[in-house]
Amino acid sequence: MTEQAKKDFEKTIKILDLSEAEVKLKKQSLDKFISNGFPSRKLEDWKFSDINQIIQKNIGDLSFHNDYSLSNKIDTSVFVDGLEHNKIVFINGRIEKVDLSYEDENNVELNETLSSKNEIKNSNSLIDLNSAFTNKIYKILIKKDYHFKKPLIIYHTTNNKVKSRNINIRLEFKLEQNSSLRLIDYLNYNSEKNFINIFYDFDLKKYSILKNYKIDNNHNKNIGYLFNNIIQDENSISENFILSCGSSFLKNEINCDLRGNYSSAFINGIFSLTDNQQHEIRTSINHLTENTKSYQLIKSVLGKESKAVYQGKIFVNSEAQKTDGYQLSKAILLDETSEFNAKPELEIYADDVKCSHGSASGSLDENSIFYLMSRGLNYQQSKELLINGFVLDVIEKITDPEIKNLIKNMIGLKE
Amino acid sequence: MDTRQKDIENLKDYKYGFSTDIENIKAPKGLNEDVIKFISNIKKEPEWMLDFRLNAFKRFKQLKEPNWQKPKYPKIDYQDLYYYSAPKSMKDKPKSLDELDPKLLETYKKLGIPLQEQARLNGIAVDAVFDSVSVATTFKDELTKQGIIFCSMSEAIQKHPNLVKKYLGTVIPTTDHFFATLNSAVFTDGSFVYIPEGVKCPMELSTYFRINASETGQFERTLIIADKGSYVSYLEGCTAPMRDENQLHAANVELIALDDAEIKYSTVQNWYPGDENGKGGIYNFVTKRGLCKGKNSKISWTQVETGSAITWKYPSCILKGDNSIGEFYSIAITNNYQKADTGTKMIHLGKNTKSKIISKGISAGHSDMTYRGLVDINSKAKNSSNYTQCDSLLMGNKCGAHTIPYIKNKNFDSNIAHEATTSKISEEQLHYCQQRGLSPEEAVGLIVNGFCKEVLQQLPMEFAVEAQKLVGISLEGSVG
Repeated sequence: MTEQAKKDFEKTIKILDLSEAEVKLKKQSLDKFISNGFPSRKLEDWKFSDINQIIQKNIGDLSFHNDYSLSNKIDTSVFVDGLEHNKIVFINGRIEKVDLSYEDENNVELNETLSSKNEIKNSNSLIDLNSAFTNKIYKILIKKDYHFKKPLIIYHTTNNKVKSRNINIRLEFKLEQNSSLRLIDYLNYNSEKNFINIFYDFDLKKYSILKNYKIDNNHNKNIGYLFNNIIQDENSISENFILSCGSSFLKNEINCDLRGNYSSAFINGIFSLTDNQQHEIRTSINHLTENTKSYQLIKSVLGKESKAVYQGKIFVNSEAQKTDGYQLSKAILLDETSEFNAKPELEIYADDVKCSHGSASGSLDENSIFYLMSRGLNYQQSKELLINGFVLDVIEKITDPEIKNLIKNMIGLKE
Repeated sequence: MDTRQKDIENLKDYKYGFSTDIENIKAPKGLNEDVIKFISNIKKEPEWMLDFRLNAFKRFKQLKEPNWQKPKYPKIDYQDLYYYSAPKSMKDKPKSLDELDPKLLETYKKLGIPLQEQARLNGIAVDAVFDSVSVATTFKDELTKQGIIFCSMSEAIQKHPNLVKKYLGTVIPTTDHFFATLNSAVFTDGSFVYIPEGVKCPMELSTYFRINASETGQFERTLIIADKGSYVSYLEGCTAPMRDENQLHAANVELIALDDAEIKYSTVQNWYPGDENGKGGIYNFVTKRGLCKGKNSKISWTQVETGSAITWKYPSCILKGDNSIGEFYSIAITNNYQKADTGTKMIHLGKNTKSKIISKGISAGHSDMTYRGLVDINSKAKNSSNYTQCDSLLMGNKCGAHTIPYIKNKNFDSNIAHEATTSKISEEQLHYCQQRGLSPEEAVGLIVNGFCKEVLQQLPMEFAVEAQKLVGISLEGSVG
């Protein structure tokens, strides 16, 4: 892997028009990645899903170089129907289309840069990998008092030209005071056996609102890693929703620093897995100042030979009095071969806080099934009804009615 | 109220902080094969025991000291410790209490256990451990009548080699983690209990541990075997003299419950926690593990942890037999600069196994409390269930309370429920109590005792009173 990475790095550098300092920065990231390698179960954060092994098993040898000079044809059939929206389309890691036609040009800026510094504390080697090999970093700035009129959907797609490839994407969002953004990440891969590594950085200023919905709904044989790094100022709100059911392996990681008073973070997630899928959500909410709030709800429905992992951490600094932190994970195991692992963690250094977590896992309640069957439903129908009700609980947490309906339609839940 | 206040006054300065002046036989400083042979030799052990130790030592040399725990401590130089020390007068074992060194007897009196009287009055057989060698075991006759074996480990190795050979190291193998393996190599003494088939032990068995000689790592080894259909309740209490250097304590406790047997193991741990500035205190790195080997067996751990500079232990249950039950009740209190990283492991292997974890952590001052637990339900453990509740109470904003549970469910028939909360004593609660005439400290004592009630209830009578007092004393000076 080391040789391949070094070789591909040379190729990547050659194509890009980089200054010496930028090359140096990228080289540093590469060296860090090479010395640490892909994370393995020896690391606490990767204890339950060893990505090193998963890549070895599912892909084998990865190549890191991507040629971004050729454009790809956009398959318009992947676009979401029934919702007016702005679009950014990525194909094989290359940005193919930017359509912000619903928005006011003067209030939204989209810039490209070639490299950016890493300032995340708990970074891992995948972020170094991302920094070393990303083509361009896209920076989106939403100006003061501007509210996005329509949601922005970022399509992450691939076509059959790539295989056994590592694709790195990096986007940075800055929401100025009193602005808002509704962002949907829609994963739709038409290739297989690739490792897609997406890194988002959000900077939320005072009174800004971010709503981020990640949808991985189409079955595909790729490995994905999504990292959201969110920094929140006073009175800002972030809402994250994760629908995790398409890829063979997917890990969503959210690191959220609540730095301003009265800021709050919400994370809701659904796992719906079967057939050898293995997904994970890891969150880390850092309450760094007074009167901050966080809420997490993760529900899993696990079928044959699937495995879901939830690692949630609430950290409360000694200055963060009056913190309100809540975490709940529930799982239904449908098959003998399914597995659910959880590590809900609290690390608290302040005394006037309200923090709690709960975790429960088990099979469907036979009594409830019996009740429904006695009302005339068959076994399959009763099972579905119960599972839908279980999952709907999370979807109801979505605060945007348009997007709530969109997601309900996607997973076939009726009103 | 007055007597309670007085109790607190008396106990405020560490009551058991004195050391007895007895010449010690010490093994040479350091850890090597010769020292292990020396220990084995002085204890007149058979060859298989020496092999057991040497095997463990071989393994130990390959192991690295773990460092994933939350409380960090200065590096221990394992070559700078004495691995064996025994009171000199113990060379020839005394036949009765009268033959004991008068100084030893006096120490016990200061500790509040006059061996003869208290044992009789309380109906407890006391196997007092002074440093590393058992001094005397009382009430042997009554126990012998029932066929119960309750003696020191060294005696058991001499007199019941078949039992020891069969069970020692089956729950904590010599190839276990760093501290457990160290213990297997150099353990000096401890308690051995065997309850024969169908016997309900008529009294609570109890050992008082006491660390004495300076710079002596304590390596106790306890083995309790409950044969088919038997029951035993075992109490463990610890006190130690006040010292400045840190003392390492790495004991191993193994419990084995066969078909339909039940073991109840209670600990009140009140070792020297270091002074108000965090200087000194004992490192308590104990490995405790119980194996529910037979069907319908039950192991229950209850612990009240108030002492030690650093507590790092996870009393665990391996639920191997079908329908077996594991329980863990814990109160951990940390004050000043104390650190605790404690919890449990429940490993479900058999069908219909059940486990319950209730953990209460209280931290005050500059201390740090971590609950770390594992619930692992294997794919073969059909119809198993676990319930976990861990609550933390914080006093002040210089302390920390952490919860790190690991939950693994590989069986769709099984249920796991986990709950954790963190809170503080509310102003309303304090105000209410003070309005009714309690002082702030009494109010805190009352509220904390209420918070811990679920666990305190699990303790045997003898311990419950002591434990309640301890809870009050441990939190002295933390209000305000």
